[in-house]
Amino acid sequence: MLTVDHTTNWLILFAKKIYEKKDYLNELDSAIGDGDHGSNMARGMKAMEEKLKDGQFSNVQDVFKAASMALLSKVGGASGPLYGSAFMGMAKQGGSDETDLVAILQAGLQGIQLRGKSAKGEKTMIDVWIPVIEALESESLSKEIIQDAVLQTKEMKATKGRASYLGDRSVGHVDPGAASSGYLFEAMLDGGILNE
Amino acid sequence: MNEKRYGVFIASHNKELAEGLTDLLKEMARDVSITFAGGTDDGDIGTSFEKIQQALTENNANELFAFYDLGSAKMNLEIAIEMMENKKVHLMDTALVEGAFTASTLIQANASYDEIMEQLRPLKIK
Ligand SMILES: Nc1ncnc2c1ncn2[C@@H]1O[C@H](COP(=O)(O)OP(=O)(O)OP(=O)(O)O)[C@@H](O)[C@H]1O
Ligand SMILES: [Mg+2]
Repeated sequence: MLTVDHTTNWLILFAKKIYEKKDYLNELDSAIGDGDHGSNMARGMKAMEEKLKDGQFSNVQDVFKAASMALLSKVGGASGPLYGSAFMGMAKQGGSDETDLVAILQAGLQGIQLRGKSAKGEKTMIDVWIPVIEALESESLSKEIIQDAVLQTKEMKATKGRASYLGDRSVGHVDPGAASSGYLFEAMLDGGILNE
Repeated sequence: MNEKRYGVFIASHNKELAEGLTDLLKEMARDVSITFAGGTDDGDIGTSFEKIQQALTENNANELFAFYDLGSAKMNLEIAIEMMENKKVHLMDTALVEGAFTASTLIQANASYDEIMEQLRPLKIK
């Protein structure tokens, strides 16, 4: 069961992780992109945090919607519309059922896939979302599973996004968007969302 | 000025690129409304959903052909189009310069929608 407080807390923890790992995310993006994923996300997180802190939310849907709009307007890279679409999908699903976390995350994943036309194994953030949702369904989600999914992107060849222009040379590097999605799900565990 | 029925829109990660391309197009397409969005809100390299939304609105035409350079420009453009209420926007997956140039010159020459689409088809690269 997601509540306004838990969801807000989760997203604030996510922002904190992004600030801490900003340089690392930029570094990952330098290897296979334009080096801005950490800065992009940090900019979006700041806008999101401001909205969350001064907002009065009556339901989970509005919390996700606020996050979605902040990321969409402030990130400046592909992760803006992608996370924006994820949170918009989660808002819609959360609006119809706040109790089903798996369904909410599935709606988020679907939002990313519709926007980015991405499939499994293309070395993007969804390569973390998919195994995380699977693990959640079988009640086996742990930080190890999240970290493992992030690391698995290292051996993949990018066929979506900026890294795809590198072709085979994209192999051997962790995908930055996969890493930031890893922090989203670590924050979900740290925020105790699963215990509710 | 005798404004044409269709407008052209350019979204790029780089302000100068969008601006320079617009200048290039305007030379041939004097009476076509051409608007652009380039760079982030802070003027850095990247794309801004809000800038795109605004520049689409500012275009005088009610039906537009929209062109973009890379990744997030397309995604932000798609979202802006989905939210747009009173304009029809055709998102074109063509090579940016050639596609925008083809559309602009044909619009200036009063070509029909079908003719424009026909000429753009072989330029699709994404
Ligand atoms: N089509 C896509 N589908 C899913 N994820 C994607 C797609 N394109 C990019 N990504 C994710 O976005 C991350 C990059 O985000 P970032 O904010 O650095 O955008 P960018 O590539 O610099 O943006 P731009 O498209 O403006 O060049 C990648 O690591 C990848 O996980
Ligand atoms: Mg980048």
